[in-house]
Amino acid sequence: MAGSGTAHLRPADEVLLRIEHLDVEFPAAGGRRVSAVSDLSLDVAPGETLGLVGESGCGKSTTARAVMQLPPPTRGSVIFDGQNLTALDGERLRMLRPQFQIVFQDPISSLNPRRRVGDIVAAPLKVWNRGTEAERRARVDEVLEAVGLDPATARDKRPHEFSGGQCQRICIARTLVLDPKLVICDEPVSALDVSVQAQILNLLEDLKDRYGLTLVFITHDLAVVKNVSDRVAVMYLGKVCEVAPPDQLYGQPAHPYTAALIESIPEPDPAAPARAAALKAGDLPSPLDPPSGCRFRTRCPRAQDRCAAEEPEVRAVGDGQFVACHFPLVGPEAPPRAADDGHESSVAVATGPATG
Amino acid sequence: MIGRRKQVTAVADAPPAHGRRLLEVEDLATHFVTPRGLVRAVDGVSFSLERGKTLGLVGESGCGKSVLSRSIMGLLPSNVERHGSVEFEGQRLDQLGPAELRSFWGTQIAMVFQDPMTSLNPVMRIGRQITEPLRFHFDMDRGQAEKIALSLLESVNIPEPARRLRQYPHELSGGMRQRVVIAIALACGPKLLFADEPTTALDVTVQAQILELLRTQQRERDMAMVLVTHDLGVVAGHTDEVAVMYAGQIVEQAPTRTLFSSMRMPYTAALLQSIPRLTNASHTRLNVIAGRPPDLLDPPPGCRFAPRCPYAQDRCREEQPPLIEADEPGHLYRCWYPVGTDEAREALERNLAAHVPQAELAVSGDMTRAAEVEAALEGAGAAAGPAAYESDGSAADGPDGTPADQADASADESDGSSGDTAGGTEASSGPDGAEVEIGGSD
Repeated sequence: MAGSGTAHLRPADEVLLRIEHLDVEFPAAGGRRVSAVSDLSLDVAPGETLGLVGESGCGKSTTARAVMQLPPPTRGSVIFDGQNLTALDGERLRMLRPQFQIVFQDPISSLNPRRRVGDIVAAPLKVWNRGTEAERRARVDEVLEAVGLDPATARDKRPHEFSGGQCQRICIARTLVLDPKLVICDEPVSALDVSVQAQILNLLEDLKDRYGLTLVFITHDLAVVKNVSDRVAVMYLGKVCEVAPPDQLYGQPAHPYTAALIESIPEPDPAAPARAAALKAGDLPSPLDPPSGCRFRTRCPRAQDRCAAEEPEVRAVGDGQFVACHFPLVGPEAPPRAADDGHESSVAVATGPATG
Repeated sequence: MIGRRKQVTAVADAPPAHGRRLLEVEDLATHFVTPRGLVRAVDGVSFSLERGKTLGLVGESGCGKSVLSRSIMGLLPSNVERHGSVEFEGQRLDQLGPAELRSFWGTQIAMVFQDPMTSLNPVMRIGRQITEPLRFHFDMDRGQAEKIALSLLESVNIPEPARRLRQYPHELSGGMRQRVVIAIALACGPKLLFADEPTTALDVTVQAQILELLRTQQRERDMAMVLVTHDLGVVAGHTDEVAVMYAGQIVEQAPTRTLFSSMRMPYTAALLQSIPRLTNASHTRLNVIAGRPPDLLDPPPGCRFAPRCPYAQDRCREEQPPLIEADEPGHLYRCWYPVGTDEAREALERNLAAHVPQAELAVSGDMTRAAEVEAALEGAGAAAGPAAYESDGSAADGPDGTPADQADASADESDGSSGDTAGGTEASSGPDGAEVEIGGSD
């Protein structure tokens, strides 16, 4: 895993957002540096939803914040709509901000409890001095209606009068009011119940069509990311493991880590076959002292000597499928299945089409 | 000290006259006395559990599943009224005082909580936390207790157990901490383990390991388990029986396979269908449950799910359904129009014809209809929680007073949205008019 390299990037003129060789470091105790994101490259085409998955601590939120320049990355470039955000000064960056917005995980703490919903949603318009009072009001009503809230009753209420799901819809309305091109959703449904989660996921799909949005959707839930994404990037310890369209990624994962993640998901079907644990026991290594070579090798069931010595580069293994692994599970170098101790076949069973 | 030793012996000598039955809960109600009134967090729950079996307790936040497990254990604050009976191996737990309960906790019944960081003492070494119950209950000396602690850490697959005993919780990762919590819970060999969202704070790969660990430990010790979770996926693979809770009541209960193959309660079906599934193609439309659970201060008079239910009829709003027995043994549900029956199909068609927003939202998944449903719910006083602060909450339209122009406006937006039916049960009861379209599944 470890994947460095840029083989999975598309030509610069076809994408809205392009992240190249992104490094984000934080100071740690004893003068050391934690490398939360390390040599990460990704891109998002206009109108596309990029899903970013990984376990906690893998750097997905750090990546989102680096794109937002909150704070700017240590190294690397973030090219949004042809402009390198990391090279812009404060005011020129601020002028671009309406075009890229973010939705955070906890909807209740991201709304000011003392302000009315109408004012919260109108705030970005006021900051940018857009339209007259009446035009602003009409725009606020339009986005509130778009997120499934009744503007007439919602406008004058305060956040505590809404449930978590409704608050998340208010947060989404607030990001939409400036008509952004790119919306980054950082775990937007993780704090919500499943039934409410479905509301938000459907809503994001509708809004994407209605407003022509490009989304970066960050979550630790692989089933959610499969549902919303056009392209999925799996991260591990600050690096990219695998990038592929969702149906391909879940049908035929090329990276052992992707396969392990998919096998770990409990399927809500008691008839589903029991799956063997695909990971070596153990937790995420410390990003203060990442393993040499491939960062996943300490938990990888397929690790060889080469994995410790040499960091794998991202490379293509199939149509639109890219993996950073010396011994991927698909592609010309894929191991014969018999030597695979049933590992891959169990994946195929687990992710095949439903028989019911 | 001497008194508590006696308690333990008395419990151990209790005759196993109750066969396989370990826990029997009868009509248990747990109400919180608050300044705003009585919050009916658990309202008339009955179930029983056999030795070595696992019951899954599923529901969304606020449905009373955690309060139920705490109520059975007797871990409740003082502002609570509790009725009904809890019988554990023939002994009425609800009639025991705090001192007597103390001898039950750990040795007979133990609990694993959701967040391992807050359930461990941050300033006490791991070893001391594991040996504490052993020394308290069994009067072991330190050497003996440490030996057992070491073997417990080994049995929950913690590497380098001897070193871990001298570490503090913050030195361990989340998954490792939860293993320690499990080791503590298992230390005195309980017959029943409550696992309250044991994996919710953990990553998926770690979750799989912890669930597997609980399963093997349970099998080795012939221990019964109540697995409290919001995740139907966890329940499907790790329980023998499932009870689905909604607004303080069990609304459906069945052996796990029966529940998933033939669910009767519209709430269970809706919950299952709102989960994104790996087996579905990406961009599959999810089913949506409108609104939110009722305020437990003042639950609706009829079926508690009726205000959100796509099938709800007048009878549902007026008369509370009892737990009805289904054809399969052990399958109970609480519904007048159970999913999959002709009555339910007709009810849904009637609701669709009358443009009831709950029904239309359930079929189309179109979120622009959510405002109408929520307004209707608040008008009916069903979601009166936060709206109780509001004087104009009652100004919203009632369920039948949906403005026609609003319905038309949202119909324009709903192009391309279609009722996806993830579960087989709903597919059979879908109305003829609803187009089912699942895009690009290869």
